[in-house]
Amino acid sequence: MTDGPRLEGPLPPAALDDPHLTPYAKHPERAQAVAAIAMVVGFLAFIAFGVAYWVDASTQWEAATLGVGLLFLGFGVTAWGKYLMPQGPFVEERHAFHSTEAEREAMTAAITERGGMVVKRRKLLGGLFLLGSTAMGLVLMFPLIRSLGPKPGETLFVTNWKKGSKLVTIDGREVSADDLEVGGVLTVFPKGFTGSSPDQVILLRLSQTLQPLTPPGRTDWGVLGYVAYSKMCTHLGCPVGLYQEQTQQLVCPCHQSIFDVAAGAIPQFGPAPRPLPQLPITVDATGILVAQGGFNQPVGPGFWERS
Amino acid sequence: MIDKTIDKSLRWVDDRLGVAKGGRTFLDKIFPDHWSFMLGEIALYSFVVLLVTGVFLSLYYIPSAHEVVYHGSYIPLRGQKVSEAYASTVGLSFDVRSGLLMRQAHHWAADIFLGSIAVHMARVFFTGAFRKPREFNWIVGVTMLILGIVNGFLGYSLPDDLVSGTGIRIAYSIIESIPLVGSYIAFFLFGGNYPGNGLIIPRFFIIHVLIVPLVLIGLLAAHLGLLVKQKHTQFPGKGKTEHNVVGSPMFPTFMAKTTGFLFMVTAVLFLLGGFAQINPIWQFGQYEPYQISYAVQPDWYMGWLDGALRIMPSWEWVGWGHTIPLEVFLPAVIFPGIIFNILIVWPFIESRYTKDLAYHNILDRPRDRPKRTGAGAAMLTLLGMTFFASSTDVLANFFQLPLKDVLWFFRIAVVVSPIIAYVVAYKICLEMRAAEGIGKRKRAVVIARSESGEYSTIETAPRPGDGSAELDAIPVPTFIDLVPPELATDEGVRRVMR
Repeated sequence: MTDGPRLEGPLPPAALDDPHLTPYAKHPERAQAVAAIAMVVGFLAFIAFGVAYWVDASTQWEAATLGVGLLFLGFGVTAWGKYLMPQGPFVEERHAFHSTEAEREAMTAAITERGGMVVKRRKLLGGLFLLGSTAMGLVLMFPLIRSLGPKPGETLFVTNWKKGSKLVTIDGREVSADDLEVGGVLTVFPKGFTGSSPDQVILLRLSQTLQPLTPPGRTDWGVLGYVAYSKMCTHLGCPVGLYQEQTQQLVCPCHQSIFDVAAGAIPQFGPAPRPLPQLPITVDATGILVAQGGFNQPVGPGFWERS
Repeated sequence: MIDKTIDKSLRWVDDRLGVAKGGRTFLDKIFPDHWSFMLGEIALYSFVVLLVTGVFLSLYYIPSAHEVVYHGSYIPLRGQKVSEAYASTVGLSFDVRSGLLMRQAHHWAADIFLGSIAVHMARVFFTGAFRKPREFNWIVGVTMLILGIVNGFLGYSLPDDLVSGTGIRIAYSIIESIPLVGSYIAFFLFGGNYPGNGLIIPRFFIIHVLIVPLVLIGLLAAHLGLLVKQKHTQFPGKGKTEHNVVGSPMFPTFMAKTTGFLFMVTAVLFLLGGFAQINPIWQFGQYEPYQISYAVQPDWYMGWLDGALRIMPSWEWVGWGHTIPLEVFLPAVIFPGIIFNILIVWPFIESRYTKDLAYHNILDRPRDRPKRTGAGAAMLTLLGMTFFASSTDVLANFFQLPLKDVLWFFRIAVVVSPIIAYVVAYKICLEMRAAEGIGKRKRAVVIARSESGEYSTIETAPRPGDGSAELDAIPVPTFIDLVPPELATDEGVRRVMR
């Protein structure tokens, strides 16, 4: 881009009736009247907003008065600008903003030559400064990042379910073997950990004829038709909260993964990659449902440390 | 009188800061007129509304997961144990005068802020406004878009309601999916395994109200500063060259129009805030990690990511004692990463491909750059498809189709439809270029009917902007003075002194 001609000194005189300065409106008085009316309406609407606030009117009244006020005042000002102010077209020259070749060279030279003089010859100092600032950057990570939270450690692999943990509802009530009809579902937690996210379990009572479909080695993980699965979706951890009794499927409402509860909760559809981890349960001497142990797998979505 | 005061105070300031020369240039600064140049203004003014309403909200909102019993005026919630964040959000909605209006206007402003950025960006893309020398401003703009999406998500999460809480849960799992460091980042950010140590709300809060807005304000200043320094681009037209800008002056014309526009954008946001309910958290209830509601959709600007998560097949990679949840990592981390990187480097990709290193101040018409237009159409189609894929369940219900069919439709569509969009856009561009006179503004013609029923056409007088008889552009005059009454003609002609 070349430098455009710069306008300097006194500007040439213009004709008295220069069309650049005539308003865009064909009838400026009418345009002025419209703008004036709009501004008056705006003014009145703002007053009305004040009244609406004063009398504690509804949100709709507040919005209507404020909105109308802003809209009309804005319209008035815009109309004033568009129809009554000079529209031109006016022109402004662009000027190249890049420097001259000499200026560029001078800048480069200032960096490289001065740098050459005082930095390159003092390699020791430069190196030590780099060393020091790198060390500072690294150790500052401790307070700035490491303090934020604990390391994952084993927490992603374990839950609070242990052998003998009693199944309780969110109210802390123990679940007994006759609490659910066939086809019923209930969200349960290990006693003492109600509401805990990784421990949430969906307890279902299936028809006992479906028992043979459970995966090999897990035939005794359920009891009296009851089976228990982690309620955390293996896709992104949403609660798998929808149970379709007819098809015996659990559906995650977030991204529509579907799990077949009659066959070890394997994913049948959607983005979930793994079955819901199963919690082996049994019934204790008093008829209360208890866990036989923890889940068969880490619960929830996938992560790097998982094998 | 007032003129004298202005003169005196300007002299006082100019003695100390030397503002007169630059200030005059600034007042004479020319802004080209085109409706599409107002899209960025919508974003700017939505941001202003966001700041003002956001400050209001911050005076009542309590960023705390601490459990309290709700005692406010919303009867269905009374006596329930909720978090302070949730209780204070419901409280500022119902028990603070104008609170609900401010909160809903804030939410609408966020949605419209991002929407107008997206459309503004499409305008900049399709007209080639990102080309040399404006690559910096393009990158600043893309960065603001990314930060805007992040901040929208964070703000949406603050009320601690059931829907947004589910979103946080998903965000946690997405972070967790990053190989090698994912679980560490998630644990550090949340202070432990999900839902963390209860500090996530105050952490999101300070990022939402301080850190991101601060960066956004800085970038916004840079965005506008670069615009002033480099001057606005313009569409081709009479007297418009690569070396000038033709339009209306900063003061008073542009200033009046843009101030009016600020008011009108604000008006729309407050009208929406008062009449169009948004995010009624009292209906969703307090977030509990074991509860969920049906048909959960995020705010619109997160839709494309949610859709990508939905249509991704369940490919989890397991090996060497490790797991990479590709079904999450690819659509939610790699996919947006690729999209944003393409956006950022696009000006450089294009200039390498076209070998065009010249300055460009005149905008392209999209049809004149069929390949770029095609690429933009393909990108928009891809994002549009993933956006609609975020409502697979709703669409399946609406059209009474099996979910599986809807899912497969989108899986195929995200691959096929961008290609179709490219070809179609490319062909349309070629067709439009071949036809003469399309898109040229014609002079208005009045059709008159005489008393005898005869029709005739009357050409109107030329107006500025008519294709046929545009005025030549002139520099902004020194000052504009009203003609003394005795010299005024009937048409109200103004005298010009230059």
